[in-house]
Amino acid sequence: MNQHTIKRFEDELTELKEKVLAMGGLVEKATKRSMNSLIKQDSKRAHKVIDRDHAINTLEVEIDDMTRTILALRQPAAGDLRFIMTTIKVVTDLERMGDLAENIAENMLKTEEHPLTQISSLQSFSDLVLDQLTQALNAFSKGDLDDAMVCIEENQKVQQNFKSMQREYLTYMMEDPRQITAGLIATDIARSLERIGDHAVNVAEMVIYMVKGKEVRHVDTDTATALINE
Amino acid sequence: MSTGNNTNNETKISIRDLKLWYGDFEALHGIDLDILSGKVTAFIGPSGCGKSTFLRTMNRMNDRIPSCRIEGEILLEGQNIYAPEVDVVQLRTHVGMVFQKPNPFPKSIYENIAYAPRIHGLVNDGPDMDELVESSLRKASIWDEVKDKLQQPGTALSGGQQQRLCIARTIAVEPDVILMDEPCSALDPIATAKIEELMDELKKDYTIVIVTHNMQQAARVSDYTAYFYLGNVIEFADTHTIFTAPANQKTEDYITGRFG
Repeated sequence: MNQHTIKRFEDELTELKEKVLAMGGLVEKATKRSMNSLIKQDSKRAHKVIDRDHAINTLEVEIDDMTRTILALRQPAAGDLRFIMTTIKVVTDLERMGDLAENIAENMLKTEEHPLTQISSLQSFSDLVLDQLTQALNAFSKGDLDDAMVCIEENQKVQQNFKSMQREYLTYMMEDPRQITAGLIATDIARSLERIGDHAVNVAEMVIYMVKGKEVRHVDTDTATALINE
Repeated sequence: MSTGNNTNNETKISIRDLKLWYGDFEALHGIDLDILSGKVTAFIGPSGCGKSTFLRTMNRMNDRIPSCRIEGEILLEGQNIYAPEVDVVQLRTHVGMVFQKPNPFPKSIYENIAYAPRIHGLVNDGPDMDELVESSLRKASIWDEVKDKLQQPGTALSGGQQQRLCIARTIAVEPDVILMDEPCSALDPIATAKIEELMDELKKDYTIVIVTHNMQQAARVSDYTAYFYLGNVIEFADTHTIFTAPANQKTEDYITGRFG
């Protein structure tokens, strides 16, 4: 794509994108760190996630301010407008993902009193969700529709895993009432991960809108693929 | 040619393979475009892209330029306006024009409106003419501002009022189509907003085609937008599509300010 005639506008869009990617990087790191704190039973890492959530929130506010300014002063159109729209939506998803990572870290601290017995299923589940998040962020970074579609398609697997984990934890809790607190903590962590995956899908869907101008939210993946290939 | 518009997506003007030369220079390279009835169609594009030239072909304003030569067809409700039997003066009552710079006649406000209907024999002087003057000024949203000074010169009005007076003058002969060549470029934002608001009203009764350098204006006022570049229509689509997800990269570049 050619450069803007107004260089400052070009610079503003570049800076905005960099900020969104930086925010995405922080969210990715927070999610990874919160899961590592759980797996390695390292409360220091959990505290780090909780302490650093404000950096994600600060970026959200900064990005909102930048998008407001660009809308008011530049009246973006076409691809620029779609980029701004995407940014506005994506930061909300990223901020919520940050909160969910924080929620995982807080749950980790609870596991010091109520140790989880089945961490391996959470670990593999988090790998799946983190993969989804990486795909979504890559898609945004490069405007890559393939990455976006992979992220969206993976969600089916994430949902299936989430359901089977819920059943698994429920079984533990029914078998041994002493496991109820730990079971609820594990379920809450799994739900946070599942929701991070959902937000990653939101990001991927907005990337498709950004790149193609096609709305693929609330349609099945076959329809989304057809819309992309139109 | 009949009067009246509708909003049933009927084509008011159909342009087929229109080419235009100024001497040896081919300014328009075979334009095909349909202007829909009761809609506002905007032409955008960089200076020299042919959008004003094209607008002017629609009421044969280019006939006055000796070196200008035209091929192709412009069908107003099916009739080629370049056919030999077409009376250009009559054509211009059906296809009116509003120019960049307000150009009221050096006459009273009343006479600015009454002049054309009188010479075309549409209305006789007297109560009928009074009524036509009032209704035209009302349609152009300027009646309240001038009703007490109809005998004052039109040139004494402000720029925005003069432009609305010119619009009133255009609609006094009950045209089908109003062509507007950058009608707000000499006006301040308030006067511009009044003209834009007026266009929204006028499209209920008339088909409007506007050339504008102000892309936001095209986005605000038009239903359809055509992007012109180097004498070609690069993209023609509904305005929403052009400004949110244009199909052509050249349109995208121009719309987003990445041009040149």
